[in-house]
Parts: sequence; C-alpha cells; structure tokens
Amino acid sequence: MDLFEYQARDIFEKHGVPVLGGVVATTPDEARAGAEQLLGPDGGVVVVKAQVKVGGRGKAGGVKLARSADEAREKAEEILGMDIKGHTVHRVMIAAGAKIAQEFYFSLLLDRAERRYLAMCSVEGGMEIEELAVERPEALARVAVDPRVGIDQAKADEIVEAAGFPTKTSPEVSAKVADAIQKLWLVYRDEDATLVEVNPLVLTEDGEIVALDGKVTLDGNAEFRHADHAELEDAAAADPLEARAKEKDLNYVKLDGEVGIIGNGAGLVMSTLDVVAYAGEKHGGVKPANFLDIGGGASAEVMAAGLDIILTDPQVKSVFVNVFGGITACDAVANGIVAALEILGDEASKPLVVRLDGNNVVEGRRILAEAGHPLVTLADTMDGGADKAAELANA
Amino acid sequence: MAIFLTEASKVIVQGMTGSEGTKHTTRMLASGTNVVGGVNPRKAGTSVAFGETEVPVFGSVSEAMEKTGADVSVIFVPPAHTKGAVVEAIQAGIPLVVIITEGVPVADTAEFFALAQDKGVRLIGPNCPGLISPGKSNVGIIPADITGPGRVGLVSKSGTLTYQMMYELRDFGFSSAVGIGGDPIIGTTHIDALAAFEADPDTDVIVMIGEIGGDAEERAAAYIAEHVTKPVVGYVAGFTAPEGKTMGHAGAIVSGSSGTAQAKKEALEAAGVKVGKTPSETAALARELLSA
Repeated sequence: MDLFEYQARDIFEKHGVPVLGGVVATTPDEARAGAEQLLGPDGGVVVVKAQVKVGGRGKAGGVKLARSADEAREKAEEILGMDIKGHTVHRVMIAAGAKIAQEFYFSLLLDRAERRYLAMCSVEGGMEIEELAVERPEALARVAVDPRVGIDQAKADEIVEAAGFPTKTSPEVSAKVADAIQKLWLVYRDEDATLVEVNPLVLTEDGEIVALDGKVTLDGNAEFRHADHAELEDAAAADPLEARAKEKDLNYVKLDGEVGIIGNGAGLVMSTLDVVAYAGEKHGGVKPANFLDIGGGASAEVMAAGLDIILTDPQVKSVFVNVFGGITACDAVANGIVAALEILGDEASKPLVVRLDGNNVVEGRRILAEAGHPLVTLADTMDGGADKAAELANA
Repeated sequence: MAIFLTEASKVIVQGMTGSEGTKHTTRMLASGTNVVGGVNPRKAGTSVAFGETEVPVFGSVSEAMEKTGADVSVIFVPPAHTKGAVVEAIQAGIPLVVIITEGVPVADTAEFFALAQDKGVRLIGPNCPGLISPGKSNVGIIPADITGPGRVGLVSKSGTLTYQMMYELRDFGFSSAVGIGGDPIIGTTHIDALAAFEADPDTDVIVMIGEIGGDAEERAAAYIAEHVTKPVVGYVAGFTAPEGKTMGHAGAIVSGSSGTAQAKKEALEAAGVKVGKTPSETAALARELLSA
C-alpha cells in the first residue's frame, strides 16, 4: 500500500524523523484553519500541496505557496478537485514553509535481485531520482543494507560518506543526516515498509535537517501485525467494484474491457487475461474486464461472490471461468458455478464460458453439462474458451 | 537424476498437524514421497496415522534430523509463525527448506534468506507450490497425477501455470518441476533452477515461466546467454497488466516502465530463448525441440 505524503509525514514524526508542521484538509475552509494554525501570529509562509499518489504534481500546478490563511484557502480551492495524471485531488496538505539552503535525497527499498535492502543517497536532491540515476549515476550512492542489522550508526556513516557529504568540513550536517537516516530505518523496520523515500531531504538556513516530502510503501503481507495500518487505506479512491471485492476478501483488479475473468492462481489468471486479449483481436478488439483470482478453495460462496461482482460490472458482456484444478477440485468449482447462478437468479444475465481441467475434471464437466444452464458454455481448452468468450462479448 | 529432490530425499513437515499440513502430507505420501516425520513441540513423541503409514512427530527439526536423517523440510505454518519455523530449520542445518506459506511479510523473508545464505541452506519459496520430481518425490502441493517422469525441466513463479504447463506437455513428462513463488524476495530463483537443470543429465529441454514485476527474467536471460547450453523455452504472463496494480502475487506489479512482460520477452529472446505468447504456444515450442 502506497501512502499519501501527509500519512508519510505523520509516520516519520512518530519515529522521530525531523519534519515540519503539516495539516491535512479536504475543504478550502479546513485549509484556511490549518494555515492559521501553522502561520501563528508572526505570519510567514505555508505550502499548499495536492495529496495524490503520483509524481510530478509540482509541475502540474498542485503545489502552491501562500502568505496568509486567506491565500491558503484560495490556493486550496484551486487545487482541490484538480486532476493530476488521472488522479483527482481530494485532499491538500498545508505544510509549514522552510527556508531551504540545500536539498538531498535518501531512499531505502527492497533489492529484489540481491534479496536484501538497498539505501540510495545523494547530495543532489530535489530532481527526479530516475533522471539523476541515468544522467549522473556517480552522484547517487547505493549502499547494501543487511536486513538483520539494518542501518546502525556505522551504516548511516557509511551512507553519508558514500553520498559525498562533506563530513570533514561540515561534520554537524553529516551527523544530523546520519541521525535522520537511522530514524528512517526505524520507519522501514517498525512499520514493515518496502519503500521509504525522502525527496528532498533538506538542510534549512538554520542548519537543521528536515524531511520535506516523503513516500512510503507498506507491505500488505505484514498487516496482521499492524492493526493501525487499516485506517491508512484510501477507501474513497478505490474503484467501487474493487472496494466490494476487498470486503469479500477477493483478489480483484478492475480493468477496462468487456470479458469478465475468473480463474485460480495469480499466474494462470494473468495468463488468461493475455489469452483473452489476443483472442479479442479477432473479435472486434474486446479486452479483459478484470483480474479475479479465486485462489485455492473455490467454494460456492467464493464463486458466487466473484460472479456477483463481475456480473454487476456494466462493461462486462461475457465471462470466462478458467480453472486448472490442482488442489481445487473441478467438481467443487462446477458446484460453485451452479450454486452461484442459483443464488444470483435473474441477476445473472451474461453468457459464461467455463474451462475446467485437472483434479476431478470429468465429474466437474458432468455437473455443468447436467445442470444445462442456458448461459453456460463448456470449453475444452484455455485457448478455445478465451476465443468463445471474446466472440460472445463482441456479439 | 532430477534437481533438488530425488528418490533418496527424506522429508519432514513443519506444520504437519495443522489442517493444511495434514491434507498435503496425505497427498505427498500418496505420490510416493518419503515423509519421515513432522515437527510440533507440543505433540513431540506422538505420531500421526496417514492410512497405513505412521508418521512420528518430533519436538524440533534437529531432533527429527538426528533420528531420521531428514534432508528436506517443507513448511505449512501460518505467516505469523513462518519466520520462526524457517529459522529453526536453517539453524538445524537441513540442506533444503521448502516454504509453501503465502502472505509472509517480506522483511521476514529478507531476514531468513540472509541467514540461509550464511549457513549454506537452500530455500524454495515462500508463497510457492513446492517442487516435484515425478516418480521420485513430491514436496509441497503440486498434484502428482498430471504427468510422470520425463526429460523436461520446468521452473515457474506460478503454481497453476506450472500445472497448466505440465498438463500441456503431459505426453513428454518432467525431470523436475519447481515452483519458485511469486513474492518479491524468494529463496531459489530462475537462475538457480536453470543452473541445476543445465547440470542435470536427465533434463534435455528447460521451460521457464515468468511474470510481470522485478527483473528476475531479465537476469535469467543474461545468465542463459552466458551459461546455459540446453535449449530453453520461455513464457511470461501479464502482457495486459496495467501499471501500478498488483496482480495477485505480491511481486507481480509493473512500476513505471520496469517489470513489463514485453521487456522480459525481449530480453529472453535476445538470449536465444524461444518465447511463446500463450501457454499452448509455449508448449508447442517445447514440443518441437523435444521431437527434434
């Protein structure tokens, strides 16, 4: 799960990473109140920042300075509702202004190839890190981090040194950066993050180190030990069908096409999407409408819940059920389909192509043939089923 | 021969007395696997009957190894307890640990992988279906009745695609089929399996199945170009996957322009691998090589 900047800021603060004041607002009035709180009696400046999970919001006009609470209200009004690369802005963060002397970069992430963690750090912050990595790779230090040790003082010093901080001429700055990096490790470890990125990490004119913008990705597999992570979920942004699927514990992703897909196992379902897309090229360009993995235990309830979600997608014209029974028995899947169609009754109005193979396939096919539901067509192969489903979606 | 698992393998099951462990121990025994024990400190000294076979339960992995000579452990414990179980197996020094559990936090995997490397222990998984050397031994949840022994070696991130490919090539059979799992960090990679198949005298053709996310397939392609002389056929799932969406497996996500199926296909083809667009086309490519 990717976090919004304001959520990352809060988590940083919780673990002692130096951040500036920030208040999240969903309306211009809230933004005004937030700015008032941050500005205090002496005035100053605040930044109104669009909260979207996509880069490049500054260039898109989603980050604006304000010198008063009223101006913050005005800027929030402009930014709220804005579309940034397909993401609608529902919230802004009012952030205290900083007097920036210098910008740095830091991130800690999974190194899938080396199967450990990788810290990246540079004294040249602020710009897109992908650009820096391509244009001036020597300016971006990459330091391996042992997952069992993490970033202790020695590792933090190593990172700071490798990144090119002038440890000799300004040891205070280097020490503060090393300290912040160790706190960011605590964020990574204690929150089960798979990415912690700070861009920019800034040195203020007062000589303080501050994490000015943060990106955090949390490991969904670790939710069981972080009850508090559930509330970070952005329920509003999820597709309504995806939200319903999540409630029912289904592994569902909404796509743009017309052929609904149900299968077992992530790899087989991904493959089914591809095969349907290829078949669609011969049938008016129809495409898969979703990813839905019903996993190992395909009970009637799971099948019904899955079919229900797919059939209520108005874009769906036909459905392809592609199951290879490994542990899942095909007779259970067939019973699930029959029961699901019964539960759904008249709501089930779109043709279903079913391909079953593997564990107990003969019995599974017999059950479907015997039920003889007018909407159900049996297919012998994955390719044949995909072709039939694409054809029906284009009818 | 076969890779990682042979008829001589002696297997213990951590989590054997749980519902998943019991179900799959039954299936492993039925497919001829030499299951020599289970591990559960609270039930040490008892035994579990699987039909005719009585399988003893030991208090620890090291006790099980000492008393049975076990050299493989397969893990069926829930995610919250997986790290503890794997660490115990590694500390005991068992040479091969197969982790079936889905949903293990990646930080836990990163930690026990580092430990396994220090101790020279091979891990397969987590979040994998395990591996089978048909007719010899079967560790995990791969159905044993899809096909029998043969000369194809298969390595795949996905369980059901493994079954699909075994089914497509059921008339040829397999030396070994290894499901390495779809998590961002896995113990055994495509490259490890490719190296083992290259060295295995019983494997003639290698089929490699990948999917979107990360760059394991690209790295495997580079490895094939350098080190693999046997013919390799490839398949990559997820051409139609949109950017930024996790497709079922925790590791299966296209981020920006990296991790796409297209890039992986191109890298494999540049290394001389024949890549199919679909499982059936991939099987047809393998079939051509096997019939040649």
